[in-house]
Amino acid sequence: MPVVASGETTLAVEVRDLVKRYAKAPVDSLTGVSFQVKQGEVFGFLGPNGAGKSTTIGILTTRIRPTGGRAVVAGVDVAADPVGARRVLGVVPQQNNLDRSLSVRQNLIYHASYHGVPRATRNQLADSLLEQFGLADRPDGRPDDFSGGQIQRMMIARALMHDPAVLFLDEPSTGLDPAARLFLWEKIAELKEAGTTVVITTHDMDEAATLSDRVAIIDHGTLLALDTPQQLVQGMHSERTLDCTMEPGPTGDAASLGIALGGLAGVRAVDQLDDPAGTGWRYRIDVDGEPAPLVAPVATVVAETGAKLTDVRLGEPNLEDVFIHLTGRALR
Amino acid sequence: MSAPSEPAAGVPQSVGPPTVGPVAHWGPWRTGLAILRRDLMVTGREFPIFLAQVILQPLFLLFVFGKVLTELGYAQPGYQEVLFPGLVALAAVLTGLQSTALPLVIEFSYSNEIEDRLLAPLPVGAVAVEKVVFAAMRGFVAAAVMFPIGVWILGSIPWQASTAVAVAVMMVLGSLLGAAMGLILGTYVPPNRINVTFALVLTPLIFTGSSQYPWPSLDHIRWFQVVSALNPMTYVSEGLRGLMVPSVPHIATWACFVVAAVYLVVLMLVGMYGFNRRALS
Repeated sequence: MPVVASGETTLAVEVRDLVKRYAKAPVDSLTGVSFQVKQGEVFGFLGPNGAGKSTTIGILTTRIRPTGGRAVVAGVDVAADPVGARRVLGVVPQQNNLDRSLSVRQNLIYHASYHGVPRATRNQLADSLLEQFGLADRPDGRPDDFSGGQIQRMMIARALMHDPAVLFLDEPSTGLDPAARLFLWEKIAELKEAGTTVVITTHDMDEAATLSDRVAIIDHGTLLALDTPQQLVQGMHSERTLDCTMEPGPTGDAASLGIALGGLAGVRAVDQLDDPAGTGWRYRIDVDGEPAPLVAPVATVVAETGAKLTDVRLGEPNLEDVFIHLTGRALR
Repeated sequence: MSAPSEPAAGVPQSVGPPTVGPVAHWGPWRTGLAILRRDLMVTGREFPIFLAQVILQPLFLLFVFGKVLTELGYAQPGYQEVLFPGLVALAAVLTGLQSTALPLVIEFSYSNEIEDRLLAPLPVGAVAVEKVVFAAMRGFVAAAVMFPIGVWILGSIPWQASTAVAVAVMMVLGSLLGAAMGLILGTYVPPNRINVTFALVLTPLIFTGSSQYPWPSLDHIRWFQVVSALNPMTYVSEGLRGLMVPSVPHIATWACFVVAAVYLVVLMLVGMYGFNRRALS
């Protein structure tokens, strides 16, 4: 059975039954993950910290050895031929790993020289990438003198210097201010336009929804869902939601209130969420049809348990709801 | 080594040649050389600082022990000739060690700088070998610089044209030995322990390496002779002493080469294991 499958499109990444158990760890960090990334696709990995996103990226980029299963990047088995795999992949890590002894431009040029890009090509490419990523005004500055957003852009530009078939970005917008994040998103959208395959990990549902053609939701080392953001949200079978926060009364408990709310006509499902303030109860109610008419019945049920409703929000389901639905807990 | 394992049943195989990158003919050797070129460029840019860093300690040792103590009459006149080969060995080993140990600790834990090289198309072990080769180059330069400094401070140095090549080979061996020891320190010692480790390792290393005394003369301090025999640097010091001042009692030169080479192989194997453990999880 060929790896090149699924219609006319070629696979950029194929992962099958990937298992990772770290030395001395009591449980598997990856419990048999399988997925495929098509060429030219932006593929998002959504999950909380410790879900297995970075482990998956680590295996695909040859820095972590799989315990079991198979991972292929651009046709190269990463475990069997790590050197070959490094030729065809580019990595933008979570933390700054730029060469502090080199200037911005030298960082790009030396990276290309490690990958055998001819001298004339790499000088030219470095200049055009510095221009494209808004770094052309200080090519001779040292990385330490730049902001987090600029560092992130330098690392992307560096990774593109050897024209990788697949670009891996591990939590690229963590720690960036909103403007820097938007600039980064624009750049990733441009890469997609240009046909680069991008695999990105994030714990930010907006980022996953905005950038990705398809999103994999991962938690505790298991792939829970994989589809386009639209399909994932539609798969909720619910058009609207009602978010209620309340102060608990002297009697009654959260579980039985949840059951009572679930018994109301027009309610599909009720998920209890963590209350950010930590004192109240919070529920997300998936509703058939319009949620507004349900506010009064909900208030009645809540009042009957002695609790006091403090906040009600009507909303469209999003990727976070999908995540909550799948895992029973909030993303962050 | 076992043959490549058969794929499990049901696991698909790639068809046709693997997708190749833009420069598939580029071999790991050339990547290694490109990384070496980067290191040479960075050191070359600050060569005076590098020189000052590596020659200061041997220079003072040479001046105080070789010149001052002799002129004051506390050391015998011939002591300079015993000391000089030992200090060349010290410069080679110590510079080699410091050129791998500290950078590795920093690059693995704080700067993560090494990642770009670990993600370059060459085997992970080759990154460690490049580090050792580059550190040995620094060690060799530091040892070579001792010769003009020796002439300047002592007026003359023991030297025989007939053993020049053997001396150079022993200097290379000493630099590699130091770099291999640094590879072990840099990959096994956790970053929060590096200060105390340096203090606990460097001082004994410097003073048990037969740099300041000929090893055979330790006959009547037997325990110290045994301790010195365990220090790889002893064979570099004694080897150079035998080649430069054959009249001073020394360990047989051929034995120095053999033991130093064996030590190098063992230290490299241990260091490479530690490097792989740090680089891959």
